[in-house]
Amino acid sequence: MAYIPSVDLVPRALAGDERAIARLLTRAENGTAEARPAFDTLFARAGRAHVVGITGVPGSGKSTLVSKLAKAIRATGRTVAIVAIDPSSPFSGGSILGDRIRMGDLGGDPGVFMRSMATRGALGGLARGTLEAVDILDAAGYDMVLIETVGVGQDEVDIARAAHTTVVVSAPGLGDEIQAIKAGVLEIADIHVVSKCDKPDANKTIADLKNMLMLGMVAGKPAWRPMVIPTSAPQDQGVTELLAAIDRHRVALDTSGEISARRAMIDERRLIKASEEILRDRFEQHRHGRLAALLGNVSRREMSPHSAATRLIAELGEYA
Amino acid sequence: MQSNGDRIRVIIAKVGLDGHDRGVKIVARTLRDAGMDVIYTGLHRTPEEVVEAAVQEDVDVIGVSILSGAHMTVFPRILDALKAKKADDILVVGGGVIPDDECEALKKLGVKEILLQDTPPAEIVAMVKRVVTERGTR
Ligand code: B12
Ligand SMILES: Nc1nc2c(ncn2[C@@H]2O[C@H](COP(=O)(O)OP(=O)(O)OP(=O)(O)O)[C@@H](O)[C@H]2O)c(=O)[nH]1
Ligand SMILES: [Mg+2]
Repeated sequence: MAYIPSVDLVPRALAGDERAIARLLTRAENGTAEARPAFDTLFARAGRAHVVGITGVPGSGKSTLVSKLAKAIRATGRTVAIVAIDPSSPFSGGSILGDRIRMGDLGGDPGVFMRSMATRGALGGLARGTLEAVDILDAAGYDMVLIETVGVGQDEVDIARAAHTTVVVSAPGLGDEIQAIKAGVLEIADIHVVSKCDKPDANKTIADLKNMLMLGMVAGKPAWRPMVIPTSAPQDQGVTELLAAIDRHRVALDTSGEISARRAMIDERRLIKASEEILRDRFEQHRHGRLAALLGNVSRREMSPHSAATRLIAELGEYA
Repeated sequence: MQSNGDRIRVIIAKVGLDGHDRGVKIVARTLRDAGMDVIYTGLHRTPEEVVEAAVQEDVDVIGVSILSGAHMTVFPRILDALKAKKADDILVVGGGVIPDDECEALKKLGVKEILLQDTPPAEIVAMVKRVVTERGTR
């Protein structure tokens, strides 16, 4: 089989061809240089989809919830794409991507596209290429794009700089997790879900969360106040309410004008991340050239690491 | 065309009522430890669901683990569904409990390789790399 140039895949992807979309997603994940012009075109065509992030500690029930939410979205007639991220092994670089295990119900519906992605060493809960993947699915016409992050702990809050609406999932019975995660992840929530409410200690988790939200409440009348939604997968509870809240959040963003601020925040993060990646790739390419030479200066203490870095970046810029 | 980030993508599937999942978990871990991205479908999928997932995941290889005896219906349905989606550049391999003569029959139908009980991990990895290399880039 011959290599299909990425620019030739673009019109097919825009027309909704699953194979073309899937191949472009692979190239986004791999950071394939040949595909950059194609991604640029797709970026220009994107911007219509409502992007929703689903995050929470490992095993909190994200995939189960995403599956149910996708069904609810389909029931309203909208189409939905899912990007579900799992960690790569730091040892082999490989991964086992298991989010599909909970999404068996979604098979056979052409209005749903589900893709697994590995982090490939990226920190922050997303994968390298996640946002290009969102562009591709958005441009291909999916009305909503759901991003399931890696199971996150404290500091992995990148999702709030990637999605228009962020849902944080907490499950009862995972210890004193509310205390543990409140610092980072809880603050980014537009909507809180307490999953597994068929379990006995769910009420305490709901009460704890509501208390915390009260403490953090600001005076006046903000455009949006985060709420707590209890869900249970086996009892089919809470998902309609969750979708209604997600839709209301989108309306609130639009009517308050806050959506522009969110978009600007997402763009800023992407610009900075992309710059970092370009620099990192160039470092790799010049590992044996300028980097090695400057390293010599540092090890002889002729130059501090900071001055050498300044010099290195200036010189790498000249090679661009 | 290669780039630094290229990795072999494999979907590992269990189809039908077959609940034997020890082998499939070993195979998934083995391939991950060889640096591949491995998507696991979970139990009880239909052949058509596996193919749909394989297309969306853009995998190089579908690996089916089958110990239920249903291999002579499952593999042909997977191969047919791939052809129907014009996706027969996705390679199909298998393992589990399958009589030798039926392994040969399945290979004639288009299954690239079948590895049975007690196959050492290194051999599974080498086989997947070999069939992907033989297919070439796409
Ligand atoms: C353990 C076992 C069970 C356990 C399963 C536990 C579990 N969670 O997996 C339990 C007790 C639950 C069980 C139940 C049954 N079992 Co049972 N079971 C076995 C047994 C003894 C071993 C299977 C095993 O785990 N092997 C170890 C793993 C590591 O080996 P493996 O799966 O073969 O995988 C290796 C290779 O095949 C290969 N491989 C596997 N998959 C793949 C995929 C790819 C892509 C590749 C490249 C390679 C590859 O790599 C692996 C590593 O080398 C086999 C006998 C046997 N000789 O296989 C019977 C056997 C599979 N079971 C059998 C039967 C009949 C049943 C039951 C129907 C019994 C009953 N009447 O209730 C139920 C069905 C359950 C169900 N829902 O499917 C029959 C199947 C007969 C057939 N195919 O015609 C067998 C063959 C026993 C027999 N001789 O009759 N079973
Ligand atoms: N009782 C109960 N169990 C649930 C519920 N939702 C999910 N689970 C179970 O919780 C476990 C983890 O669910 P997943 O949906 O895989 O969780 P996840 O957050 O996606 O997990 P990772 O992706 O590994 O971080 C599974 O065993 C689910 O069956 C629920 O509402 N009630
Ligand atoms: Mg998950």
